[in-house]
Amino acid sequence: MRKYSLNIAFAVGCLLIVAGAQAGLFNLYVQSVILFMGINIILSSSLNLVNGNMGEFSCGHAAFMCVGAYVSSIVTVLLFAQNKILGAPLLPPDLAPFFFPIAIIVGGVVAALVGILVAVPSFKTRGDYLAIITIAVNYMVISGIENLDIVGGPRGFMGMKQVVYAMSDVVDIPWMMIWTLLGTAFTLWILRRYISSTYGKGVNAICQDEIAAEIMSVNTNKIKLVTFMLSSGLAGIAGGLFAHVIGYVNPQSFNILKSTECLVMVYLGGMGSLSGSVLSAVLFTLMLEALRPLQIIKWVIIPLILVLLMQFRPEGIMGNKELSDVFPKLRRYFTFK
Amino acid sequence: MEALFQNIINALQWGSFYALIALGYTLVYGVLLLINFAHGDIFMVGAYIAFGVSVFVLGVQGLNLPGWAVLALGVPLTMILTAGVGVTLERIAYRPLRRKGAHRLYVVITALMCGLILENGNLALLGASRKKFPELMEKTVWTLGNVSVTNLKVLVIFAAFAVFGILNFIVTRTRIGMAMRAISYDKFAIPLMGIPVDNIIVFTFVLGSGFAGLAGMLFAMSYPILEPYMGALIGWKAFIAAVVGGIGDIRGAFVGGFLLGFIEILVVAFFPSTLRDLIAFSILLVILWMKPTGLFGVARHQKI
Amino acid sequence: MSLLKIDEMTQRFGGLQAVSKFEIELQGGELVGLIGPNGAGKTTIFNLVSGFYQPTEGGISFNGSNTAGLKPHQVTSMGIARTFQNIRLWHDMTVMDNIRIAQHYRKGYSVFDAFLRTKKYRDSEKRIENIAWEMLEAMDLKEFAHELPKNLPYGLQRRVEIARAMSIKPKLLLLDEPAAGLNSADVEGLIKLVRWIHDNFDITIWMIEHQMKVVMSLCQYIKCIDFGATIAEGTPEQIQNDPTVIKAYLGDDTI
Repeated sequence: MRKYSLNIAFAVGCLLIVAGAQAGLFNLYVQSVILFMGINIILSSSLNLVNGNMGEFSCGHAAFMCVGAYVSSIVTVLLFAQNKILGAPLLPPDLAPFFFPIAIIVGGVVAALVGILVAVPSFKTRGDYLAIITIAVNYMVISGIENLDIVGGPRGFMGMKQVVYAMSDVVDIPWMMIWTLLGTAFTLWILRRYISSTYGKGVNAICQDEIAAEIMSVNTNKIKLVTFMLSSGLAGIAGGLFAHVIGYVNPQSFNILKSTECLVMVYLGGMGSLSGSVLSAVLFTLMLEALRPLQIIKWVIIPLILVLLMQFRPEGIMGNKELSDVFPKLRRYFTFK
Repeated sequence: MEALFQNIINALQWGSFYALIALGYTLVYGVLLLINFAHGDIFMVGAYIAFGVSVFVLGVQGLNLPGWAVLALGVPLTMILTAGVGVTLERIAYRPLRRKGAHRLYVVITALMCGLILENGNLALLGASRKKFPELMEKTVWTLGNVSVTNLKVLVIFAAFAVFGILNFIVTRTRIGMAMRAISYDKFAIPLMGIPVDNIIVFTFVLGSGFAGLAGMLFAMSYPILEPYMGALIGWKAFIAAVVGGIGDIRGAFVGGFLLGFIEILVVAFFPSTLRDLIAFSILLVILWMKPTGLFGVARHQKI
Repeated sequence: MSLLKIDEMTQRFGGLQAVSKFEIELQGGELVGLIGPNGAGKTTIFNLVSGFYQPTEGGISFNGSNTAGLKPHQVTSMGIARTFQNIRLWHDMTVMDNIRIAQHYRKGYSVFDAFLRTKKYRDSEKRIENIAWEMLEAMDLKEFAHELPKNLPYGLQRRVEIARAMSIKPKLLLLDEPAAGLNSADVEGLIKLVRWIHDNFDITIWMIEHQMKVVMSLCQYIKCIDFGATIAEGTPEQIQNDPTVIKAYLGDDTI
């Protein structure tokens, strides 16, 4: 029982949210906040794998999100929506619910492949030089898409709402809520399994002493490649969901500011703590929403709060611990590994 | 041919700004191993301070100073005030964290946040309207064939070289420069040698931010439209330039800044301007792939 | 066939000749020492053997196969484990995890097995855990399994590092100054430990050591190098009385 309690609690929670959304208990605004929370959890926990567990400093996470968003949007719009350039839908709209997750995963896979751009230089460089490469990749991806006229260039790309409507036409349930929660669950599930395996513990070994890791038979290059690809692939999935939730993407919504948001969530939660990333993603989303009426002053207050938080708790909310380390009594109710 | 010369002169001017800002990044990095992401915004603040100072001095009744006098008064004032901003950040945001022994990356995040505060604080205070910088120098254009050079361009390029010369002298020839270099090697041994680490760090911030203020003033004179987000993009790019040159090395920042300036101007000269970032960053990425520590950077060997 | 054969190995860093024409042949089962003054190139030789550097000239063959061009982790999985001069444990992971990670080369499952927790994954993790417990038990470290190495005394850290290297089940164990930084009681323990390992495992041990007490009481054969070149070799008695060794350590002038 203890072994599955966390999973069951999570599943029940998700079901309640979906049922609530279906029954109209939450209005659209609350729903959208929950959706963004899910997407932010994916973003922060996937970036945490690289920045927290592996100890690199990747500041271009939004680039992979961007790739995932565009690729999955193009696939779904190509298949299920009328578009000026891509033409009439290729498949009947009834199939939308089946092909939608495939499109999201395709987006994730392509984003993972773009992740190689960062992973290969990481074999030779570390730290700040790698940070630059990630920033440069972020700029390159945005600039590359702005120059692709077929997907709208700087004006952006739309039509994803049609896809969501197509899904609702088949069965009228809150599809995006379901997919986002599934995506969040999938991310946490994969990350949890990865970092608790002997394979994934190699990531921590690289963080703490790369030379010792290599000498103790850890294939550091392979681990770096897998880790970067996993992290960027998950960011791609987050991007795909983001694009379909908003229904519209443009390259500038994935600029360095978005990457900064991801960074903030990781360091707010604590480096290397999965539960910390989840917690900070939730808090950060709520904070953004709570301060929304302040408009531009919001972007003064939030950094100020973070700066103050760093002064009082320089290791983030959770440090490098998990929830079950901070409250050992929780272990009675669930296992986290 | 003439177009090429014209482009080279433009690139020298454009690269000068990158070089001036990159020098500030590299100075702080060289001492603290801290990427001071707020530096681009300090540059922006510098431009606004220059604006405020010039407008104020021009506006004082009965003084009626000529442009050059305002400039002569404005440059040191701007540099001092901007240095003040940089040192304030160091004192209230970075130093407490350093004292607490926080992980280096938390200081970097704090720097990022400080940058955001400066940017958006400015936006909230002064509003989104763009500011027009007053003309301080009468524009003189020298033409040679079809190549035209303004006195402002010459001033900017001269300033970049002069700043490089000064910094290079300070870092390599003076006692305080020696202390700056020493801190980056071993920050635990330095206080034991009787060197006041905090003073050296403050001095570093004074230098870096002061010259960012200078760059802001020159930038505002060259492109006389001010807006709060002007520092962000140019700051990130200057940082990349500093890394490509080999971060922590004065020469690296200088060369990297000009390199980026040249790449950008030449890309725009031969390709559609929308491709500028894509091509420029690809070239820089290739350089970093081939020389992972940058042009002047030396890999520090880890003892096994 | 010899276990390790190093043939006229030379290593240059720029103009510096760190190792010149170094030769050694280990048959298997020996306990060999490598001594020499500071900066003589001892650690460089270990780095070459473990694959950190590629020799400028000459070759290393282990168990009959050439190790040229192999990455350190590949060399390690061939059966060469080592420890470091200054202890390099992963200090923020438990002792148990330290030893588990050293089993990376025999995990035998892919990352997808880890995601899906397939049978292959579960079997492999079980096996790794058993090996780790066995090693902790053998090295008397069982009670510290869930401690962080940074909280252990230096002598124990050294022991954990040796346990970690041993858990790879190497045929050749390279010990880089195992007694450095230990107090005299710990040194006694170390001598016992190394002898015990040598007696109880099918293993060849090659150690760099400065403390003559350790080298002289453990090693059957000693090589002494200075400025990258071998200046003397032989049994401990021969080395102790060799004038070139004395000269290298103490300098030229006789009192």
